[in-house]
Amino acid sequence: MPAVQETVDQVRSLDVDQYKYGFFTEIETEKAPKGLSEDTVRFISAKKNEPEWMLEWRLEAFRRWLTMREPDWARVSYPPIDYQDLYYYSAPKRPSELSIDDIDPEILATYEKLGIPLRERDALLGIASGGTKVAVDAVFDSVSVATTFKEELSKAGVIFMPISEAVREYPELVKKYLGSVVPVTDNYFATLNSAVFSDGSFVYVPKGVRCPMELSTYFRINERNTGQFERTLIIADAGAYVSYLEGCTAPMRDENQLHAAVVELVALDDAEIKYSTVQNWYPGDKDGKGGIFNFVTKRGDCRGDRSKISWTQVETGSAITWKYPSCILRGDNSQGEFYSIAISNGRQQVDSGTKMIHLGKNTSSRIISKGIAAGYSDNTYRGLVTAHRKATGARNFTNCDSLLIGDKCGAHTVPYIESKNSSAQFEHEATTSKISDDQLFYCRQRGLDPEEATALIVNGFVKDVLQQLPMEFAVEAQKLIAVSLEGSVG
Amino acid sequence: MNADIRPIRTQAEQAILASLGSVAGGGDRLADLRRAAARSFEENGLPHRRVEEWKYTDLRSLMREAVPVAGTAAIAEADARARLLRGVEARRIVIANGAVVPELSDLADLEEGLSLTTFAAAMAAGDEVLSRIGGIVPSRYDASLALNTALARDGVVITVAPGAAIQRPVHVAHVFASGTAAAMYARSLVVVGAGASFTFAESFEGADGLAYQANSATEFVVGDGAHLDVVRLQEEGASAFHLSTLLFDVGRESKVHAFTFGLGAAVARTTLYATLSGEDSHVGFNGATLLKGRQHADSTLFLDHQVAGCESRELFKTVLDDSARGVFQGKIVVRQAAQKTDGRMMSRALVLGDEAEMDNKPELEIFADDVQCGHGATCGAIDDELLFYLRARGIPLKEAQSLLVQAFVGEAVETVEHDGLREALVERAEAWLAGRA
Repeated sequence: MPAVQETVDQVRSLDVDQYKYGFFTEIETEKAPKGLSEDTVRFISAKKNEPEWMLEWRLEAFRRWLTMREPDWARVSYPPIDYQDLYYYSAPKRPSELSIDDIDPEILATYEKLGIPLRERDALLGIASGGTKVAVDAVFDSVSVATTFKEELSKAGVIFMPISEAVREYPELVKKYLGSVVPVTDNYFATLNSAVFSDGSFVYVPKGVRCPMELSTYFRINERNTGQFERTLIIADAGAYVSYLEGCTAPMRDENQLHAAVVELVALDDAEIKYSTVQNWYPGDKDGKGGIFNFVTKRGDCRGDRSKISWTQVETGSAITWKYPSCILRGDNSQGEFYSIAISNGRQQVDSGTKMIHLGKNTSSRIISKGIAAGYSDNTYRGLVTAHRKATGARNFTNCDSLLIGDKCGAHTVPYIESKNSSAQFEHEATTSKISDDQLFYCRQRGLDPEEATALIVNGFVKDVLQQLPMEFAVEAQKLIAVSLEGSVG
Repeated sequence: MNADIRPIRTQAEQAILASLGSVAGGGDRLADLRRAAARSFEENGLPHRRVEEWKYTDLRSLMREAVPVAGTAAIAEADARARLLRGVEARRIVIANGAVVPELSDLADLEEGLSLTTFAAAMAAGDEVLSRIGGIVPSRYDASLALNTALARDGVVITVAPGAAIQRPVHVAHVFASGTAAAMYARSLVVVGAGASFTFAESFEGADGLAYQANSATEFVVGDGAHLDVVRLQEEGASAFHLSTLLFDVGRESKVHAFTFGLGAAVARTTLYATLSGEDSHVGFNGATLLKGRQHADSTLFLDHQVAGCESRELFKTVLDDSARGVFQGKIVVRQAAQKTDGRMMSRALVLGDEAEMDNKPELEIFADDVQCGHGATCGAIDDELLFYLRARGIPLKEAQSLLVQAFVGEAVETVEHDGLREALVERAEAWLAGRA
């Protein structure tokens, strides 16, 4: 079991309460004036050289946002966020013509430190050492700093670029799909994002194309007091397939930082989108000081018949996670999947889950959620499964298991299951327990120390979800889980 | 624009508020409780879908108008109405229009250890036992309970002495006996002493076609090592509105079983609150709901495990025909001190009608680590293969369906321990199925 050995090694090599991505990169940046007003929105739009319609779209969202209230139904508590005390735009200074060699070497070094090579040359070296080719869009604070393998992708007809460029280069596509899954008025944080989003990735996979490599975006918050508002839009045209990975990290800071992203997926007839996230924002220190507030709206629309959207997430970071990747199963025979591992330790608060909205005929969905709570954290699964009157033959299977490590943490399950027609068949099961003494005893009897034994059992607990991750991510995620649970045993 | 906008009071709310004006003064604890309940209704009004606990039963829109509080029932009419569970050998108390009818009630010759009086009489006498009323306070405002607390004037008050084993069940028959739609409120209290055992049954019925409103609340205080069985049969009239609340305070090493059977009413909501405040107790809450037409029924439970070592089991079955709507909400809370809790909750729905709707919301809220808790929820149509098996053996479709529905509901009904009551419930289920064909 080499992976387990690796986990154990990883656990050993780290001290308690270590977040290895907590460094800060000193670079020159350009920021919007602090605070949020129509001027901020105009500033961001102007920075991005956006067409008039985009600015109007943003302003409409901003005006709408002013009339909305922050939601309070989630099981998380945090001090009120002062939306005027944030920078809404922060970008590394750079020449206007962009090539990989013009990027601030500090930034390149940052990504290298994070294990993300931005030079294709380096990335290709990865192949020699056995890795797979992955195209990366690197988002640093508010802007995308580099997108790799663009050329090779364009040969296949795949468009993969920062969304700010797509707005200019493919306005028709953006106009057609942006806000069509998560409308501007959807919720407080999505509306805020619509007004001030600065960058993110845009992917379009044309008809019948199987994207030749994994696509990935790496988000990094660097600057102090900035909020990151990225927007991702992925469209898989009829018969297309794409697998997309997302990773996130941020420096360690005493104050909380806001991250409010929106991800929209559109799958047309027979298309398939696989979206994987490893979220490792800074979770705050052991007393709950600092950390990222992660308020994310992710939604996929299975618009075409026989389409499929699959979400896989490994949530280990953030002080607060408020995230419900959902599927709208509109097309007949479409499928939605949600696999999640949410780990909370220290003072972290996680309120995450999914929504499966069955609208088409013979749609099916599957939810596997594994929550692990340790330390003083709270971990909530909140999910909705609903079948519309016309969604005959809808099928859902839900399984959410929670594991508690320590007696100061909480694990909660709040599923909503609504069936509006007789042919829908829904099954839901949830359990909460602790690592059984029998299992621990069995492992310890064979010479494992308590920490090793716990890592082994936890890895077994989350196996169903880890299997859904692309290979190299799975190994990363496994290590991450061990590190996240550091200091929770004993 | 971010200010709280207070919703306009609906006609029903205004009418209820007017009737709350008559909540009597007085200096005792009960009067204080009443005033507090009236005040909380004044502040919060009827719950709507944005109130989490009433998400699927939006009283604000379902209860269009409030009806006046019912007057005294004619004895003959009340007697004629009280049909349910008549065949069961039990001590019968009839509550008509919210008031005990002594002429129809079996209040004399009490077994040793059993004391039984009316709520009104206990109040007039300043009975000490009434201090147990309001002992369990729901964590959130509950409109149905608040209205009951403010407006109920009568009901039964039962005390079972420690160690007494009362063999004969007490059956409280709630009937609505009036020519015009009206509202009735009844409040009962059952105190079971340490080591005692007791069976308590309640039934609810009234005329079809009258949009009357029944609101009942019963509080159970279960002593250490006691054994309590509760059976409820709700067959209100087809246009009726039924709101009821059951509250349980469960002591150490005791055993509490409750079974709720819902067949009637246009809109019904039953809420169960249980606080497990003594270690090593066992609680079993089961229920079955059979709905047809456009009926709406909501079963909501809150189980609060406060201490270690308790076990809770819940099994709820719902059968939905035509375009009926069933709701199940169940919440198990396990506090930090409640280590070694073992909780299992299951809700199963069988959907017969194409337009029927089932909403399930089982919740777990767990703060202790050494626990085994789980819940399950399923909903779906009758398994085609099972139907085929029966039909292949020459059983007509309707009959085959009936057999399968009976088997489905049977699993829950079988948990009723008292033979007579269980048989009576089975008979009601069969009558419901016969009405389908």
